[in-house]
Amino acid sequence: MQHANFLLRSDLQQMLNIISGDGFRVLGPRLRDGAIFYEDLRAVDELPGGWGDVQSPGRYRLEHQESPRYFAWANGPQALKPHLFRPRESLWRVNREDGGELAFSEPAMPDAPLAIIGVRACDLAALELQDRHFLGSIPDPYYAARREGLLIVAVHCTHPADTCFCASTGDGPRAERGFDLALSELDEGYLVEVGSERGERIARRLPLQASSEAQRQLAAAEIEGAAARQTRRLPEGNLRDTLFARLDHARWDEVAARCLSCGNCTSVCPTCFCHAEQDVPALDATSSEHVRQWDSCFTEGHSYIHGIVIRAETGQRYRQWMTHKLGSWHDQYGRSGCVGCGRCLTWCPVGIDLTEEAQAICAPLKDEAEDKTGDAIEEGKV
Amino acid sequence: MNAYLPREAEIVERIQETPTVFTLKMRLTDDAPYAFDAGQFNMLYLYGVGEVPISIVAGDGESLTHTLRAVGRVTHGMAGLRVGERIGLRGPFGRGWPLREAEGRDVVVVTGGLGCAPAVSIIHHILSHRERYGRLTILQGVKHADDLIWRAQYALWSQQPEVQVLLAADVAAPGWGGHVGLVTALFDRIEFDAARSLAMLCGPEGMMRGSAEGLHQRGLAAENIYLSMERNMQCAVGHCGHCQFGAHFVCRDGPVFAWPEIRELLAVKGF
Repeated sequence: MQHANFLLRSDLQQMLNIISGDGFRVLGPRLRDGAIFYEDLRAVDELPGGWGDVQSPGRYRLEHQESPRYFAWANGPQALKPHLFRPRESLWRVNREDGGELAFSEPAMPDAPLAIIGVRACDLAALELQDRHFLGSIPDPYYAARREGLLIVAVHCTHPADTCFCASTGDGPRAERGFDLALSELDEGYLVEVGSERGERIARRLPLQASSEAQRQLAAAEIEGAAARQTRRLPEGNLRDTLFARLDHARWDEVAARCLSCGNCTSVCPTCFCHAEQDVPALDATSSEHVRQWDSCFTEGHSYIHGIVIRAETGQRYRQWMTHKLGSWHDQYGRSGCVGCGRCLTWCPVGIDLTEEAQAICAPLKDEAEDKTGDAIEEGKV
Repeated sequence: MNAYLPREAEIVERIQETPTVFTLKMRLTDDAPYAFDAGQFNMLYLYGVGEVPISIVAGDGESLTHTLRAVGRVTHGMAGLRVGERIGLRGPFGRGWPLREAEGRDVVVVTGGLGCAPAVSIIHHILSHRERYGRLTILQGVKHADDLIWRAQYALWSQQPEVQVLLAADVAAPGWGGHVGLVTALFDRIEFDAARSLAMLCGPEGMMRGSAEGLHQRGLAAENIYLSMERNMQCAVGHCGHCQFGAHFVCRDGPVFAWPEIRELLAVKGF
């Protein structure tokens, strides 16, 4: 069977040209401030060619490597989240007339649709969850406007970081759906998969060649290898019942003694959606801007009601975060809120490891373990 | 349809209920229709300051009534509003009281503090559709006797047929005719058929927990006890995350819940 799905590395620029020629604003991974971010991308030589990332809890470093590849890294601090759910944006504006009348108006919506190149499977899974949250029964018009035209070129992950555990959450390293095109990167070029009609229209205009059986096998093996190399994992299954049965576990206080309650984990989390609203009045008092900004359940203000802070202690905030992310998300969105990207480990200033905390809290309790057979204890081991 | 965008409302009446509690009656200045269910809330916006979720006390085609206590930045500012001034309003939001489920039954309304404001709409509804409901028992608890607002209204309600009003204050004042102590101590005085009753509770969480337990002990089934919850709410449509409470967003899935939906987490500090 003929597979005309191979794109030479030297022809990747053509893909960018076609997409931007179709009217998209193209974003792709680029180096900035010692990390990889999705930013405006015009030329392939702006991609992080020859760069890899070394991540561990509390640590992220880029390292140069002898490789012609552009996507030989795991992920940067930001997923797609800031491009659809903006860190700070105006929801509406109000003008006050001389007579005190108030006129409310919506901000202008974005003009050019976005195309994002080099999207990871974990971040695609997170996008699907943000869609469920923001495009539910009462859709968010600002998220919806950016999401509507979004074009995605995924790249299957072959270089997981030490912090990655997407294989354990079932969200990677292969991008299974939600993309227009997906690429497997090899040294000499890319295997191209089509995921939508829009993707098909782009692929038809690419100078694709026949791929070899050896190329296809290598690409598949690299993705499998990326799954096999991951060492961290969350406890199996729906953790809701276990977590809510252990709300007084000693580990909540233990993790609270290390946690700075800074909210970094929630900022880098590709599925966290909390945001706070704030009014920013103009100095001349004739108008005011109503702005929303990412918020975190690790802040004091998050649980404030009429003079009371419901979660005054850090342990209560960590428990709120984990029981929601790994527990109540199942009720609200039909699955866990964790996609295994590992960002909350890497960007935690004190290196708290979500998988380790979840394992500790969900491990069989001493008196439970004694009642069970040896096999059950073996399975529950971290 | 942008659920975040407020509409303009004009203050048409202002009543000072206590030194910190005040009532604002307002009218929407646009011609678009507005309808709400008892127990739902609006987001009220004070120009240049921000929004707060406030339950709807009453409303008709002409106006809407909200009762507020000055506790935070926005409500302190709103306390200074005068007739003719403009604010923003969006709503109604959330799931209200189970007034349809309550038809044909005896109804018990237990409120604490300013909790009576969201429950007034229940009482108005039942009294204006009297034939649809059985006996109505209204219990209200306050910390100090002086905190009780709408005394005349309670007196009026207590004179209606098949209506029982029981008042409690932790601290009495001269002339206080009600019970001194917790409102839950009045439960054995409720005249109702527990098996065919439905209860609606609104007030501080401790009071609601105690009331739910107390009514349950008197024979009311757990699923026939409803509570109105409060949490930090900023978007009112289940997006901003502040009011997440287990499987629910209080703003969208509540604020009124059947007790079994929230019973477990209600007992845990920090959620």
